[in-house]
Amino acid sequence: MSEQNLRSHVGPYFGEFGGRFVPESLIAALDELEATYNVAKNDPTFKAELAELHRTYTGRPSIITEAKRFAEHCGDGIRVFLKREDLNHTGSHKINNVIGQALLTKRMGKTRIIAETGAGQHGVASATAAALFGLECVVYMGEVDTERQALNVARMKLLGAEVIPVTTGSRTLKDAINEALRDWVANVENTHYLLGTVAGPHPFPTMVRDFHSVIGTEARQQMLDEFGFLPTALAACVGGGSNAIGLFHAFLDDEEVQMFGYEAAGDGMDTPRHAATLNYGRPGVLHGARSYMLQDEDGQTMESHSISAGLDYPGVGPEHSWLKDLGRVEYRGISDAEAMDALRLLSRTEGIIPAIETAHAMAGVIKLGKELPSGSSILVNLSGRGDKDMETAGKYFGLLDAKEGKN
Amino acid sequence: MKSKTSDVLKANKAAGNGSLIGYFPAGYPTLEGSIEASIAMCQNGVDVLELGVPYSDPVMDGIVIQEATLEALGNGFKLKQTFDAVRAITEAVDTPVLVMTYWNPVLQYGIENFARDLVAAGGAGLITPDLIPDEAKEWLEISDKYALDRVFLGTPSSSPERMKTASELSRGFVYAVSTMGITGARAEVDANARKVVAKVREVSTEANTAVGIGISTADQVVEVNTYSDGAIVGSAFVRAYAEGGVEALKSKTIELSARLKK
Repeated sequence: MSEQNLRSHVGPYFGEFGGRFVPESLIAALDELEATYNVAKNDPTFKAELAELHRTYTGRPSIITEAKRFAEHCGDGIRVFLKREDLNHTGSHKINNVIGQALLTKRMGKTRIIAETGAGQHGVASATAAALFGLECVVYMGEVDTERQALNVARMKLLGAEVIPVTTGSRTLKDAINEALRDWVANVENTHYLLGTVAGPHPFPTMVRDFHSVIGTEARQQMLDEFGFLPTALAACVGGGSNAIGLFHAFLDDEEVQMFGYEAAGDGMDTPRHAATLNYGRPGVLHGARSYMLQDEDGQTMESHSISAGLDYPGVGPEHSWLKDLGRVEYRGISDAEAMDALRLLSRTEGIIPAIETAHAMAGVIKLGKELPSGSSILVNLSGRGDKDMETAGKYFGLLDAKEGKN
Repeated sequence: MKSKTSDVLKANKAAGNGSLIGYFPAGYPTLEGSIEASIAMCQNGVDVLELGVPYSDPVMDGIVIQEATLEALGNGFKLKQTFDAVRAITEAVDTPVLVMTYWNPVLQYGIENFARDLVAAGGAGLITPDLIPDEAKEWLEISDKYALDRVFLGTPSSSPERMKTASELSRGFVYAVSTMGITGARAEVDANARKVVAKVREVSTEANTAVGIGISTADQVVEVNTYSDGAIVGSAFVRAYAEGGVEALKSKTIELSARLKK
């Protein structure tokens, strides 16, 4: 591993993963996007514009909070640091990528963006950027998710976006992506597909990663400046994998820093109801890229299961598949129950209510801390806040009905 | 390399006739039903059959084909049955049968296994809507080895270079995507279809081009055949079958093909 420079790697391929497995109709748009991005990323004007928006609109740099009371539950002598992406405007890391792609949309002269969303975080961020830049915005969201994330649907509508519930297939994130791709094929002339994760055809996995890599770049410097060391380990939740790659990327060539991605294990790793793609999937082609995915023997995509809409996805970004096979990142599963316990624990020990997605990473940290030697430190991407999950959490803990409950 | 599909299209052209390429999903509504329907299409005017493989995430398909293929999957369709269907159809009729499939099922079955079993069943080749030539290195080698047709797509947005590649690498015909969109009937076939065919003609004198996406009426089938080597119809056949079974499908086939032959 020491001879590899993992950080400088770009698509279309990450080892055997990645590529562009899409209808020919989309190739011209992908080529245009790649060309526009390649010019923009080296253009000082673009970089300055993006940095200024992050400073004055997103609220970057996001701070690092040491979670001392939470760390007491994570084994002896373990320090836990939270990279506070939950404090970004719109409440999650998703805005980092959205602002970048919205700027590219303007550069390409397109007037309409479409987006898929699971938990609604990316949809809200996209609707926000559309409002800010004066773009038309349509968000595809699985019907199941519109129900469990009703508050985010209202937010998107208030921001001026049209939300289209997707009623085909499993009616979750996977089907929302299918529907967005169909829209894009038909409207590619004036429309940019603002894909929200590091999956999909090239250049999305590389470009979305680059826009999120600000998380790790900031965090690495902050650790050195404020604490004088790099963390022993990084932790992040993984659905499609955008927040995880955003944190990991800047550290990929720091060999001494271990990395852990936490997938949703749903009912548990010993049950068939999970979304643990990297643990239980095998390589295949889904949504334009070759990567690990949950599928049956015929290559039909299997439905994933998770209490977290944002992790409920049977695919994963190709760079994660590559990092798994290289052994650079270890991917583990966290059940719904473990995630919800961690959500409550972080709320009560630190006064920070994380998104249910993020709670998977926090649950991972509780276990990981007990494996690491005393004196170790763990930097977690606190990728989103839990406001959107209050209905799910309220029901889960019985907070909305005084007669029952798990607290 | 010889291609039965190409021979059929060229023979029709030489005789001053047009060609109709008809799509039907394997396993819809059942395996037996799809075999019966496909044979009926071939016996009533379809020159090349495009047999679809039901897939969980058909991003190139509109709602009519989505619903049919999901129903097939819901009724227990398994990938191996594709070969059963191809075998039964090619034993009954002489029509070339191309399998239209998204790429992941082929990948999971094994590209060479798929090619071998398709040849054994009497199939002519593959149409691959989400496999572009750039990603098709292994398929190019294997389809040569097994002498299978391979149909790539050309679209209104394809660059001249990409159109050239698609024309050179396709065998059977180039699938000229008439419009920027997914499958499904449209009132008018986009003027873009002519441009796509013209672009193929510019870069290749050999390649056949068949026009698909949005074609549902006899007028459209006739018109498309005036400037290309065939019209591809899918959703209109599936809809006819959904509404009136094999009899309606036969009528639709006769209606769409009647004016193609002298």
